[in-house]
Amino acid sequence: MGEIVQEEKGQKGGKKRAKKQPAHVDMTPMVDLICLLLTFFILTAAFNKPKVMVINMPDKKPTKDHPKVLADRMLNIILGDSGKVYYYVGMIEPGKPLPTLIKSNYSKDGIRKILLEKNKDLFTKITEYNNNRLTGKVRDADTTAQRYIKEWKKADALSSKGGPTVLIKPDDKAKYKNIVALVNEMAITNIAVYAIVDMNKQEKDMLAHAPK
Amino acid sequence: MPKIKSTARSPHIDMTPMVDLFSLLLTFFILTATFRPTDPTQITIPNSVSEKITPEKDILTIYIAPGKGDKAKIFLNFDNGKDTTTHFRTELLEQMGKQYKMTFTPKEKDIFSKKSNFGMPINELKAWINAKETKDADKMQVGIPTDSLDNQFAWWIRTARVVNPYAEVAIKADGNVVYPQVKKVLDLIQDNGVNKFNLITTYDKQDVGLKDIPK
Repeated sequence: MGEIVQEEKGQKGGKKRAKKQPAHVDMTPMVDLICLLLTFFILTAAFNKPKVMVINMPDKKPTKDHPKVLADRMLNIILGDSGKVYYYVGMIEPGKPLPTLIKSNYSKDGIRKILLEKNKDLFTKITEYNNNRLTGKVRDADTTAQRYIKEWKKADALSSKGGPTVLIKPDDKAKYKNIVALVNEMAITNIAVYAIVDMNKQEKDMLAHAPK
Repeated sequence: MPKIKSTARSPHIDMTPMVDLFSLLLTFFILTATFRPTDPTQITIPNSVSEKITPEKDILTIYIAPGKGDKAKIFLNFDNGKDTTTHFRTELLEQMGKQYKMTFTPKEKDIFSKKSNFGMPINELKAWINAKETKDADKMQVGIPTDSLDNQFAWWIRTARVVNPYAEVAIKADGNVVYPQVKKVLDLIQDNGVNKFNLITTYDKQDVGLKDIPK
């Protein structure tokens, strides 16, 4: 966008005067620089926001009203070393044979399938609601939607035919990213109740003898 | 009929309004820009589908980076609070000074309140505050000791909780840190009455719909 300053024609016979230059400053470099800086600041403002995933850990103080969990609703997920993950349904009870660990993985077809299958009702309800919001069939504000979903999760946890209660049990060699991946799966599959707990002795034995 | 002569004009566009607008926008973005503190060491954070944005103020960030072997290095960051009249960092330093029988000059307190994350044994804190070169200061960031004999990390957490009880806890841990190291930190924080944690992750979209439910 260079400017062309037209040459003034010399006046006939007149005295030589200092040429009158139009009072223009070439702003192109300045504009270039401002554009560059502006782009930089817009991009850094938009992309530099790290996200957080909120988890609530169970209170360490023993509470009187300890939530009772039905054994058949329990889904135990055991995180082993080097990205191994196993699960078993139910509870270890004295006098009964130990459940067998089933090997799974962190991929889309791994543990997520099990979780989706177990949590079918709640997941369908929440996903349909979210789809309706996306297509405009339901016009609820974000806070309202969050409240609904929270209520449904609570109702699901209390009902007798609700989804699973997932217990995430990391081994000492499990990595932080494994735990985050699992908590992430809980968020994806809308599991109502889950907790990160320690492994007990039997489970450690089971893990030691688990298929590699 | 004489032809209409188009007068030759210089191809000149008045850029002043554009420059005005750009300057305005630029000023706006510069003023609103909040610079993220650089991590004390490289930390690769895991992914999640969460879209919640990290709170900017009233937050106690704990960095957990992999160290030698299975050990982890721990760093802290604590802000001065939402209000410009509060100086939580200065208070934190004063309280920690009382605990460890150290005194800090007003200048040292001022420098500390303007700095960002820190992680060193408490006896090196003074040297870190007074370090002239950032390079030297960065070398001193070796992690806060968490030994059971002298658990300085626990004191930092406790003091921070006392100084700003409304501060939320954010965990920025490297994905490859082993779980017991993270658990140790979480346990210590839970001992101080916090059960809610913000795990800092990068956003990773996952498409899961009704069709994914196994038949």
